[in-house]
This record gives sequence, structure tokens and C-alpha cells, in this order.
Amino acid sequence: MTNDKLNNSKNEWPLWEVFIRSKAGLDHKHAGSLHAADAQMAIENARDVYTRRMEGVSIWVVESKHIQASDPGEADSMYDPASDKIYRHPTFYNLPDEVKYM
Amino acid sequence: MNLAYTLRLADDALIIGHRLSEWCGHGPILEQDIALTNTALDHLGRARSLCQYAAAQYNAATAEEKKNSFSSVAIQQLTEAGKELTEDDIAYLRDGWDYRNLLLLEQPNIDWAFTVARAFYYDTFNYYFFTHLKNSSDSTLAAIAEKSLKEVTYHLRWSSEWVVRLGDGTDESHNRMQQAINELWQYTGEQFVMNDADNEAASTGVGVNLAEILPLWTARIAEILQEATLSMPPAGSWMQQGGKEGRHTEHLGYILAEMQHMQRTYPGMEW
Repeated sequence: MTNDKLNNSKNEWPLWEVFIRSKAGLDHKHAGSLHAADAQMAIENARDVYTRRMEGVSIWVVESKHIQASDPGEADSMYDPASDKIYRHPTFYNLPDEVKYM
Repeated sequence: MNLAYTLRLADDALIIGHRLSEWCGHGPILEQDIALTNTALDHLGRARSLCQYAAAQYNAATAEEKKNSFSSVAIQQLTEAGKELTEDDIAYLRDGWDYRNLLLLEQPNIDWAFTVARAFYYDTFNYYFFTHLKNSSDSTLAAIAEKSLKEVTYHLRWSSEWVVRLGDGTDESHNRMQQAINELWQYTGEQFVMNDADNEAASTGVGVNLAEILPLWTARIAEILQEATLSMPPAGSWMQQGGKEGRHTEHLGYILAEMQHMQRTYPGMEW
């Protein structure tokens, strides 16, 4: 087997991330990923793979390489400092009785 | 009674659905495997609705009408025994000569280009056909047409895009797409042949006058082929026909053998 054959990604269609809105008014949520030759095909593949059981009414796709992800190795410094900042939750305000449904 | 007309439409749906389902597990890429299976199920769903309607019409027919409807022995035996037909009997117990599907739809998958070309010719036809059938004076057919049109609109988008992708792709894909377009062309004329069932259905407002669809179909095919940098096969060339009359290519026998052998071997079996 040549190196080319081992290196499958060279012959594969690019990877896309799929976001589905389950019904009007709700947010698009990440549903999964798939392969497609271009954006048009990605939308159609997403329709066939992720909405065939009535999961959605709207689809977004974005090529996976355009997503910049945070480094899991930096999680300690990125997220742990927030864990003892309880005052960042808006639970310390005294609400007037007239304000309902908060 | 629109039994003959209903059966024709049922058989088209059943045979193309079966052909496309042969791709299940063999698609060139997972996403397209699922796409084709979805489409196959659209066709099979339509086949079910139409077979149910055909069975209901047959069961309500006079003894004389029943006698002239099918020459398949298994169907005749059921009728002689006083049994009513079900959608499954219609699908599994008719022999090839009682099938009325277009020759185009029983042609083998061969490769992706042939599968796409066959779908492209038929989806284009279906799109205009169901647009017209929506106005049928037969309310059951009109309802089936309305539901099908949404599905068919997507099928047409899928097959048209693949024709363009392959036609306007590499030299290899262009050549293979052109070959498929050329070789299947001879089966496209039958879509517009008006036989007795067509004429009767059209005259009563039940069916579609296929002559009205031909120019729409031709214009759409020409437009997509041009976009795909493919050449249109010559107009006026020899066209195969016979499927609508029960005269089929050898391929139908193999389809029915695979599709029917379980019910034929173990009648009435379920799982």
C-alpha cells in the first residue's frame, strides 16, 4: 500500500459540522458532523442524515476546519478560576415584591 | 374504475424503489447511502399507498372486471377462493407480464452515473406528472400526488445536482455521465406514450395528458445537461417501449425473483 492510500484524508471530502434548529424560535444546536464535497451538498447530506426523523426545520453547516477550539490542556487556567466566583450569579439582589416571574 | 392506471403508477414506484434500495449498504459514501435509502423509501411509501388503492378497487370490481385484470395464476387462485386482495398480494403475487412499470425503471444500477441518470430522467418526469395529477378528479390519486410532489421535488434536486457534479467534474466523471445519459435515453420515450389506460384516464379527468408534459420535461433535461456540459441525445431517435403493456426487459424477472421469492415459497409469512 502506498503512502497516498494510507493517507485517506487526501481522498476524502471535507468534514462539516451540522447545526439543527428543532423548531422555530429555538436555537440551532450542534447535531454532529459529516462529509460533503461543498456547502450545498453538506446541507443536503445533513437533511438526509440528521432530519429524517423530523428533528429539524432549519440547518446550518460550517466546514470543521473553520472552527477554532479551545485547548483542553488549558482547561485549568481557563475555567477553574470561575468556580469560586459565586457573586457573578445575579442571586444577591433584593427584588421588589412587584417584580414577578424572576 | 381506475385500476389499470393506479397499478401503472404503483409499479413505477415499486420497481424504482426496489432498484434504489439495492444501494443500501453499498453507497459510495455513508451520507449518500442514507440519501438514496431515504429516496427509495419515499418511492416504496408511494407504492404502498397505490397498491392499497389498487387492491381496494379490485376487491370492489365485478367478477368480469376481475377476470380481465390479471393473468397471474396466484392472483386468480386467490380470487377464485373468494379472498380479497391486499397490497402485499398486488406486489408479491403478480408475474412479470402483469407488471406495468416503465422499462427505464427496471434498468440495473450499473454505477453511480447510471443510477443518477435513471433517477434524473424519472424524477423530472415525476415532478411534472404529479404537478398535473394533483388536479385529478380521483381524490385518492390527487391526495397521493400532493404528498408525492414534495418528495419528488427533493429527488429532482438531488439527481439534477449529481448530473451537474459528474458532468462538469473530471474527464472520467464527464465521460461516464455522458455514457449513462446516452444509453438510458432510449427508455425515456415510453414515459410519454399514451396507452389505453392513459387515454381513458385523461379523458375522464383522472389522469394526465402526457403530451402536455413532454415539452416541460425536454426543456428541463436540456437545461440541466447544458449546465453539466453534457450533450443531449438526438431527438427523434428510436425509443424502446412495452413496459406499460407488460412486455419487459430481462431485468424485471431478476427483480421479481429477489423481491417475491420469500412470499412465493412461504405464502403469507410474516416477520
